[in-house]
Amino acid sequence: MVVEVKLFATFRKGRFKEREMEFSEGSSLGDLLKRLKISREEAGLLLLNGQYASWKDKLTAHDVVSIFPSLGGG
Amino acid sequence: MAGYCGKFLRVNLSTGEIKEEKLDLAMAKKFIGGRGLATYILSGEIKPGIDPLDSANKIIFATGPLTGSRAPATGRHMVVTKSPLSGTVASSNSGGFWGAELKRAGFDLIIVEGKSEKPCYISIKDGAAEIKDAEKYWGKLVSEVTDGLVEESGDPKCRVLCIGPAGEKLSMLAAVMNDTYRAAGRSGVGAVMGSKNLKAIVVRGTGRMVPAEPEQTKKVLEEVRKKIKENDVTAKGLPTYGTSVLVNVINEIGIYPTNNFQKSYFETADKVSGEALAEKYLVKNMACYGCPIACGRYSKVGDVEGEGPEYETLWAYSANCGVDDLAAVIKANKWCNEYGLDTISAGATIACAMEMYEKGIIKPDEIDGPPLEFGSSEAIVEWSRKMGASEGFGAKLALGSYRLAQEYGVAELSMSVKKLELPAYDPRGVQGHGLQYATSNRGGCHVRGYMISPEILGIPEQLDRFSLEGKALWVKMFQDLTAVIDSLGFCLFTSFALNVDDYTDMFNSIVGEEWEPGRLLEAGERIWNLERMFNLKAGVTPESDSLPKRLLEEPIPDGPSKGQVHRLSELLPQYYKERGWDEQGIPSGTRLSMLDIA
Repeated sequence: MVVEVKLFATFRKGRFKEREMEFSEGSSLGDLLKRLKISREEAGLLLLNGQYASWKDKLTAHDVVSIFPSLGGG
Repeated sequence: MAGYCGKFLRVNLSTGEIKEEKLDLAMAKKFIGGRGLATYILSGEIKPGIDPLDSANKIIFATGPLTGSRAPATGRHMVVTKSPLSGTVASSNSGGFWGAELKRAGFDLIIVEGKSEKPCYISIKDGAAEIKDAEKYWGKLVSEVTDGLVEESGDPKCRVLCIGPAGEKLSMLAAVMNDTYRAAGRSGVGAVMGSKNLKAIVVRGTGRMVPAEPEQTKKVLEEVRKKIKENDVTAKGLPTYGTSVLVNVINEIGIYPTNNFQKSYFETADKVSGEALAEKYLVKNMACYGCPIACGRYSKVGDVEGEGPEYETLWAYSANCGVDDLAAVIKANKWCNEYGLDTISAGATIACAMEMYEKGIIKPDEIDGPPLEFGSSEAIVEWSRKMGASEGFGAKLALGSYRLAQEYGVAELSMSVKKLELPAYDPRGVQGHGLQYATSNRGGCHVRGYMISPEILGIPEQLDRFSLEGKALWVKMFQDLTAVIDSLGFCLFTSFALNVDDYTDMFNSIVGEEWEPGRLLEAGERIWNLERMFNLKAGVTPESDSLPKRLLEEPIPDGPSKGQVHRLSELLPQYYKERGWDEQGIPSGTRLSMLDIA
């Protein structure tokens, strides 16, 4: 299955901004992080289709995943 | 008398008299300092019902007991007065170096009263103050005034606080600027300076602040600095991308107000994000006094350069006006800094005018500038300049979105609370933050209780942004804690890494007290209630604890927060109850007695 992955802030360095990635059925957000070499601790904010998600959540085809480091401001 | 200088200046511009007065230390501590103490003074010295632009209004420039200390990020001061924009108490906070310099000059605060016959400025050097002629600076831009006054003082180390032409023209959106680029932006405080013919306050001080317990202070500060250095937000997120790193987060969650809150997702937000700013136009990072975070940005587009744009500015001029041209946002920001305008309210007022233009309410033939069309780079830059100069139709915009929309009979198109324009988070998708907008003592503001922290960023813990459960208490706690942080003299961003125990430890060791954290929070609650009482006496009724109709009735049409409205009517009664106020939102006598402000 194909999911769309969006990276932000420092995670873009040496990686990419936005890309479609292929995963086998039953893969989780944790598997996606592993493939991107981003540790669970580093991933401050994980969004699955715009909603909060955990590394344990399963991926389904055409999901949009957004990954941010810990951020603040305003 | 550690922490506090123990004295303040009272400058009467009508008589030209300058008095040095002794600070009532017990009273100062009761209200901490800064925002709290200045609100106490203002409440006692002006009639809340007065016209804010009348000479009877006073304007107070106040530091906290930790401003200018060795504690991190303590370059903050507050500008407290009655707001001409909202009619509420105004307390606008600013960073930079000016506040710390005032402490080094030997004063905790300055009370300015009356009205000068001619343009003037106040000059303060190590305990001595005088009123000087500012005729040649009247009409000048902020950078010109700042450079001119530094040169005139003959001391390159002096610090300048001033207004631009917007304040002189009594724009309701006028900021009080300091150190060229920093702004006490909100609530139109610059117009109060303008109404008094006060162009600037120049300060130079060489004193040093000695903490009450030097050894203990050293130990506490080491611990606190370590926390800031090890926290992902204060050590990585903010230093690397500045506040505008939030653009993509808030947009991806679907609470990034677009086209005057008609939508909440901006398709091309990434083109006007912190990441894009760093890639294209960032020159260097900037830090305020004693700040290890250094979230400030200095950017350059062609021959336009300066500090900013911050997250709120980026939003107000990009998504909210439908513009994805970062260079144009930097130029609009520059006009705001030079004319001395609040970038949030200025951008949001242009956005409101754009919706009115789109709906045919403002007609093409009545405006003397570029068409007010969503997406127009030319419009955001030129209308910012015209607002700053109060030129032509720009003079109408300079009064803010509420007065503009009300004049055309469509007040509901002003996305404001208590006439203060809302900032960069759509409350329909973040319920606690919406309650905070509705109940903030200065109107539509995000920094009186930044619920984005727990509801979006997960600090100190992740709350469900759509849920109402427990939100009223969270809002109350955040509002009280923020009053403490503001009044101590800290930058609010320290709170991403620090908690109330840390603030208490720093207060105790620097001021020489043995307070429990609860006592400090109680002082925060006291300040909140004092502000509320000022507003009630000023005629700002609890009916104004509300949100624009659009946010209560029209569901978000698109993006990840689609279908949401704000559920204020369910939250507000809970909030009043948590505050110990009656069902009408009036603080009870019991609560006020408990807080010792009955």
